[in-house]
Amino acid sequence: MNAASITSDKIMTMTSKPVPATPAVARKISAPAEPSRSGGIVLSSVMLTVFKSVFPPLVGICLLLAVWALLAAEGGSIPGPLAVWEAAKVLFADPFYNNGPNDMGIGWNVLSSLQRVGIGFGFAALVGIPLGFVIGRFAFMNRMFEPIISLLRPVSPLAWLPIGLLVFKQADPAATWTIFICSIWPMIINTAVGVQRVPQDYMNVARVLDLDEWKIVTRILFPSVLPYMLTGIRLSIGTAWLVIVAAEMLTGGVGIGFWVWDEWNNLKVEHIIIAIFVIGIVGLLLEQALLLLARRFSYGNS
Amino acid sequence: MNKTMVKVDKAGMTFDTKKGKFVALRDIDLSISEGEFVTLIGHSGCGKSTLLNLIAGLALPTSGNLICDGREIAGPGPERAVVFQNHSLLPWLTCLENVLLAVERVFGKKEGKPKLRARAEAALEMVHMDHALHKYPHEISGGMKQRVGIARAFAMEPKILLMDEPFGALDALTRASLQDELNGVMEKTGATVVMVTHDVDEAVLLSDRIVMMTNGPAATIGEILDVKLARPRDRLALAHDTDFVEYRAALLEFLYQKQVRKAA
Repeated sequence: MNAASITSDKIMTMTSKPVPATPAVARKISAPAEPSRSGGIVLSSVMLTVFKSVFPPLVGICLLLAVWALLAAEGGSIPGPLAVWEAAKVLFADPFYNNGPNDMGIGWNVLSSLQRVGIGFGFAALVGIPLGFVIGRFAFMNRMFEPIISLLRPVSPLAWLPIGLLVFKQADPAATWTIFICSIWPMIINTAVGVQRVPQDYMNVARVLDLDEWKIVTRILFPSVLPYMLTGIRLSIGTAWLVIVAAEMLTGGVGIGFWVWDEWNNLKVEHIIIAIFVIGIVGLLLEQALLLLARRFSYGNS
Repeated sequence: MNKTMVKVDKAGMTFDTKKGKFVALRDIDLSISEGEFVTLIGHSGCGKSTLLNLIAGLALPTSGNLICDGREIAGPGPERAVVFQNHSLLPWLTCLENVLLAVERVFGKKEGKPKLRARAEAALEMVHMDHALHKYPHEISGGMKQRVGIARAFAMEPKILLMDEPFGALDALTRASLQDELNGVMEKTGATVVMVTHDVDEAVLLSDRIVMMTNGPAATIGEILDVKLARPRDRLALAHDTDFVEYRAALLEFLYQKQVRKAA
């Protein structure tokens, strides 16, 4: 009946798999580097892969530029890609000049926006992550905070700006305050969900070992929740970067949002378009950096 | 006769479900002696894992009581180590760290770091995993993970080792080699073991006693088979051993004649 288990006595060594020294895949990729022996087919397949990953995005960007150029050529006041390119060359020749608080280089503006996001986001993490842990761990807290969060979360963070102005009496902390408000929800919710979804197996291990609460938090809960937390952080940063532009338009001062508004008042539309690209690129970089971080902390599929 | 390690007295388990009460286990009486290897076998859904969880303390009985080494079982504890079916290693810790976590809990107050580490390494060496001390669980095969799971349990020097279908998720060849390894470890340590399985060969090969469970709901102990095969046991020699064949037949008869599973 169970022939396999009877005839398989001394097969212990089978379970310790030898690691292949050179994986076939690696060899295939490195092949084009060598002088081509019969490598014509391999070479063209690599080129095809590169082509497939580079060509479509390139087409997309070209399409964007074409539509933009077409719209600009139709007349109206939108400058075309070339005009913007020329303006950008001038602008980025000296991004960190400083002619007083109302006339600073674009570099300063981006940096001060990033600073506000950093501070507001930092406070949100300081409050939101522990709160998320508590909400996830205790059902009572979950039910207690649920109505509050459900009520406040859909509110645009800009609605909180006047409250910030009222409390802090200054524009700068008020903008940071809106960032705090918009960053905190994804952080609370994702952390709480992460805590609730810690696999029962891991909790059983904790119970059998009878670990103390500190060890449960540091050795089991925290590592297990970390991927969820990083997702929360990524969502928060994304929203914060969206909100800061709008907040700064309202509060003024130094910052990319204010800069956009200022350039609108100066009617330098090229600069507004440049700002749109800068905001987009910074947002993209933030997102990618956090994705990279998240990959570092994802543990294979157990 | 050795002293009694675990005594199960009229234990029953009833779950509250949406459809009302569900009686999983009833009238379980069982006593397990020190150094004994007891297997729980039965069709799926017969409550054998529930009984193991009761001994582990991961669940508490709704009637009757369980005693381990003179004390009532009121919750899980490291003196009753569990080897889980899906190994349950923590993926962010290396093999060594996984074992160390358990070792630190049990011996951390009395022993220094080097001693604890030596214990963890010795346990991994016992299951022939000393080559992968610093590997993460996702870097090793399923069989190796289960070895580490077994090492973690043994390293705690528990009074009793509870195994819930420890080899169920492994292929037949890997399973056989782990069974042999477990047999070896048993002979070295003389541990008390309760194992849940649905593999007839595995049960006969490893056990001193096999507890056959009736079908659920309201499952209970049907028959108990004493396996009096000499140790150490050799898989190949036993294949032609008449006693072994008899024991196997008795199990098969119980499972497929007396407790025919209704078509699922």
